Amino acid sequence: MPIRSRSNGFQHPLSSEITPRGVYEDRRALMKLMAGGAAGSVLAAWAGREALAQTPPPGKLAPLPGVPSKVAGAMSMDKLTDYKDASSYNNYYEFGTDKADPARNAHTLQTRPWNVEIEGLVKKPGKYAIEDLLKLSPMEERIYRLRCVEGWSMVIPWVGYSLSALINKVEPQPGAKFIEFVTLADKKTMPFVGSAVLDWPYTEGLRMDEAMHPLTLLAFGMYGEVLPNQNGAPVRIVVPWKYGFKSAKSIVKIRFLDKMPPTAWNKAAANEYGFYSNVNPNVDHPRWSQATERRIGDGSGLFAKRRKTEMFNGYEAQVGQLYAGMDLKANF
Amino acid sequence: MQKLLLHPAAKPVVFLLCLLPFAWLCYGVFTDSLGANPAEALIRSAGDWTLRFICIVLAVTPLRVMSGWTALARYRRMLGLFAYFYVVVHLLCYSVFDMDLDVPEIAKDIAKRPFILVGFAAFVLLTPLAATSFNRAIKWMGAKRWQWLHRLVYLIAGLGLLHFFWMRAGKNNFAEVFVYAGIIGALLAWRVVQALRRRLGPARVPRTGAVLQKR
Repeated sequence: MPIRSRSNGFQHPLSSEITPRGVYEDRRALMKLMAGGAAGSVLAAWAGREALAQTPPPGKLAPLPGVPSKVAGAMSMDKLTDYKDASSYNNYYEFGTDKADPARNAHTLQTRPWNVEIEGLVKKPGKYAIEDLLKLSPMEERIYRLRCVEGWSMVIPWVGYSLSALINKVEPQPGAKFIEFVTLADKKTMPFVGSAVLDWPYTEGLRMDEAMHPLTLLAFGMYGEVLPNQNGAPVRIVVPWKYGFKSAKSIVKIRFLDKMPPTAWNKAAANEYGFYSNVNPNVDHPRWSQATERRIGDGSGLFAKRRKTEMFNGYEAQVGQLYAGMDLKANF
Repeated sequence: MQKLLLHPAAKPVVFLLCLLPFAWLCYGVFTDSLGANPAEALIRSAGDWTLRFICIVLAVTPLRVMSGWTALARYRRMLGLFAYFYVVVHLLCYSVFDMDLDVPEIAKDIAKRPFILVGFAAFVLLTPLAATSFNRAIKWMGAKRWQWLHRLVYLIAGLGLLHFFWMRAGKNNFAEVFVYAGIIGALLAWRVVQALRRRLGPARVPRTGAVLQKR
C-alpha cells in the first residue's frame, strides 16, 4: 500500500477533467445520441470549458490575464457570477456598510503608488512595491466559490498566485506561526474609516499552514482585469474555504508572528466570529443558520431555492487535513 | 388644508400614495432592478416600510392636535392598516425567499433567533389591531376596551425597533435605527406629556397647537 504523505495524499484530478454531473447522469441518453451522430453539439459546451476558463474580460479596467490554474480544486465548475453583481454587491466597510456603498464610494481609493510592507519574523523584511509583486510569480486564473458569513455566495474568477510564493520569497523564520494582514485605513479617501463599526485598520490573520496552502490566493485581478477598487484593489487575499471576511482587501502590511493575531471581526464580536471562520454548515452563527446559502445571480431568479452550504465551502478534500483532530465547534 | 383633507378624492389619493412603495418593489422585481440580491432587497424594503408606516400612523394624532386639522383622524385607520399590509409583505417575503415556505423550518427559525422572534411577536400583536379596525368592532368591544387594545401599538413599535436594532447589531450600524427610535420616542414622549398635563390640570389642557404655540 502506498504511504500517503501531505505531498501526495491529495492529488486530485483537475476539475476540468471531471465529467460534469449532467453529462454523467445523462450518459445513456448520450450513448444514444452518439449512435445517432448528434453528440457533437451536445458536448461542445463541455469541451469548450477549457477555452472558456480564461474568462472574457468585461472591458472596464486594465486587462490582467492569467493561465488556468493547475492547483487542485482551483477551477470550480459552477456558473460564474455576473461581473456586474460581483462588483456592485460588496462588503467593504471602509466605504460604507450598505452592499451598494463600496461601488459608489471606492473611486477615491488611490492604488498607485502602493507598497506592501513585510514585517516580523522573516529573513527579508521590507517594502515591496506593487509592480514587483505583480511580477513575483506567473498570474493564474482561479475560479473560486466565495461564501459570505451572511449566507450568500458567488463564483468568481480571480487572477493572482498562491500566497506561498510571496511567503517563500521573504523567508519566514522558524518561529513564525501566524501571519497577519493589515489593510489600508486612510481617512482622507475612505469615508467610513473612523466610524464606530469596526476597530480600524481592518486586520485579518491565518495560521502559517493555512497561509501556505496552495489554494490561498494573493489576488490582483478578477474576470481577467485588475481588481475594481470595491473588490479590494490593488492586492487582496482570497481564502476560498473560509467566510469571505477572512479574505482581507487592499493589503498594506503583512506581519509574520509567533502568536495568533487579533482580527477585526473577532474583536468586534468574539462570540460570533472566530479566528478560523471556516465555512461550516454544522456550526451556526449565533443569529442565523449557516446550513444554506443564496447564490447571487442564480439562473432561476427570485424564486431560486437556497442551496446547501458545503463543509469548507466544498474544499474539504483539499484543506480538511489542516484541521484533522480539531474541534471545529470550539474553534469556529 | 382642512378642506383639502375633506375633499372626496383625498382619501383615494392617499391610498394610492401608500401603495407606491409596493408598486415600486413590484416594478423592481419585473425589471430585475433590485440589485444583486433581490430577495434581500424585498425583505428589507418591506420591513423598512412597516416601520415607516408605524411612525406615520403614530404621528397622526400629535399632528392633528398641534395643527388643528381634525380631518386627519379620518386617515389614521387606513395608515395603520398599511403598516399591517407591509408587515404581511415583509413576513411573506421572508417565508418564501429565505425559508422556501418550509413551515417547520420557519417555526424553528423563530424559536432560534431572538431577532426573528421579536419581529414575529410584533406581527402577532399587530394582527388583532388590524382585525378590530372596523366600526362594528369598536361597538362590540366598547370604546374603552378597544382603545386599550389599540394601545398595544406602543409595545409593537418598541418590538419593531428592537427587531431592527438586533438586525443591524451585527454590523454595529445603528445610525438608521437611532433615527427611527428618535421619531418613535418623540411621538411617545408627546403623548406622555399630554397625559401628564391632563392629569395635573384638566382645565389647562390645550385643545389645539395654536394655543400651544402662543405660550
